[in-house]
Amino acid sequence: MSITFVGDTVALTGRSLRHVTRSLDTVITTALMPIALLLLFVFVLGGAIRTGTDSYVAYLLPGILLITIATGVSYTAYRLFQDLQGGILERFRSMPIARSSVLWAHVLTSLVANVLSLVVVVAVGLLIGFRSSAGPLAWLAVLGILVLVTLALTWVAVIPGLTAKTVDGASAFSYPLILLPFISSAFVPTASMPGPVRWFAEHQPVTSIVNAIRDLLAVRPVGADLPVALLWCAGILVAAWAVATAVYRRRGA
Amino acid sequence: MSAAVAVRGLEKSFGDLHVLRGVDLEVAPGTVFALLGSNGAGKTTLVRILSTLLRMDGGEVAVAGFDVATRGADVRRSISLTGQFAAVDEVLTGRENLVLVARLRHLPDPGRVADELLARFSLTEAGRRRAGTYSGGMRRRLDIAMSLIGSPAVVVLDEPTTGLDPEARLEVWDAIRGLAAGGTTVLLTTQHLDEAEQLADRIAILHEGRIIVDGTLAELQALLPPTRVERVEQPPALEDVFLAVIGSRRAAGDPTGQEAR
Ligand SMILES: Nc1ncnc2c1ncn2[C@@H]1O[C@H](COP(=O)(O)OP(=O)(O)OP(=O)(O)O)[C@@H](O)[C@H]1O
Ligand SMILES: [Mg+2]
Repeated sequence: MSITFVGDTVALTGRSLRHVTRSLDTVITTALMPIALLLLFVFVLGGAIRTGTDSYVAYLLPGILLITIATGVSYTAYRLFQDLQGGILERFRSMPIARSSVLWAHVLTSLVANVLSLVVVVAVGLLIGFRSSAGPLAWLAVLGILVLVTLALTWVAVIPGLTAKTVDGASAFSYPLILLPFISSAFVPTASMPGPVRWFAEHQPVTSIVNAIRDLLAVRPVGADLPVALLWCAGILVAAWAVATAVYRRRGA
Repeated sequence: MSAAVAVRGLEKSFGDLHVLRGVDLEVAPGTVFALLGSNGAGKTTLVRILSTLLRMDGGEVAVAGFDVATRGADVRRSISLTGQFAAVDEVLTGRENLVLVARLRHLPDPGRVADELLARFSLTEAGRRRAGTYSGGMRRRLDIAMSLIGSPAVVVLDEPTTGLDPEARLEVWDAIRGLAAGGTTVLLTTQHLDEAEQLADRIAILHEGRIIVDGTLAELQALLPPTRVERVEQPPALEDVFLAVIGSRRAAGDPTGQEAR
């Protein structure tokens, strides 16, 4: 990692953070849909769901946080697409800067914006009765998992951002990501699902991530879910990073 | 002294479309070189190859002595491209755009660089506004100002005055003359013959994938039979009228403008 890489990434991150701070509504809209789901499930549907725990908010919150991230990263695809369309990306590419700093700046910006949205969602969770006796270390571990998820999904978002033909195409990839938690242990225990669905739910990344966060916040011993969750995140991160970087390089000399 | 830009046998195709079919050209350091060509002639393709944004299929291209195929990073340090469509960040202010580029060029005092350029391109007032609110001419000036940061040896301008009103056009011309006076090599593409006439030391015409003529204005003019000289009273050109009625500093400061024609 060279000095120019760090300096260039800092300069470009400052630039795209301004895009976030000058449209703070994106942080709010990112949080809006997950908050609506949270309220809907806790106050309307939750009463009919048997989770085997006494607080459905606590059961639900981890999945809602993942949905928040899935919504938030679509703004990265959007901003990258705009950069590409507006020609500013070409300008950066024709300049003597560390080339990968352009993508890293978008990824770091996504991290900041998503952490802000997550804070908003957790605050709403606290307002409607979410409580946790988890210590600072457990919270730090939860933050670490969420950061890792954000990094992985943002690198996924970079790919449509660079390849989409239309704005809608650039953000459409996030719909399946938002749906994935519904077929996991995020809303209802997987034991209630029919065979093949249950099998899918128990083997897709959301379930292990949600279970790990849930256990950490409930101060329960975390089982195999944590290593499985970390492996999923690391795997997606590396694969998406490799594809995104290759796509970025292929777009020019 | 070796050429600032040297292109030999440059080939480029997009699928079946053979856009550049063996382009040869040389731009001497410190000169202004105009590349003329109609729509789709391949001007943008050529300058994108020069600035390492596009890979060539064949031939040799060197900028400031660096081969674009193998010394990309050095080429990017030596050249700066103002693309055909202004590439500014619309969310940032004009000043922030300039500061960003100055930081990316690793200059010691980005703020001062930005302020100097804002003044030079009459954007000091607008510098605090988002670039998204700029008119086409202001945006273009900001775009060019961004390209000059770090004093690259070679400045490439792809149709820098397309879509500008006559006054903005003259401002851009002034900027280009200023660059040339400072010893910068300028390669500009244009469809306006008068632009090439006004600015260029050397003019080349790109047609059907090749450079079909290349020379000074006088050399190009010599290609055609001389026009007969007649003494007739000449009406002022539309451009002069336009500038006079909008009260431009040009028309006001140069009352002899039309007699000089
Ligand atoms: N990425 C691309 N893929 C396919 N065809 C392309 C691509 N870029 C340019 N072309 C084609 O190559 C030809 C030359 O294009 P280019 O943009 O270089 O022309 P130009 O001289 O700059 O034209 P103009 O004066 O309109 O800007 C055109 O026919 C164009 O459609
Ligand atoms: Mg062009």
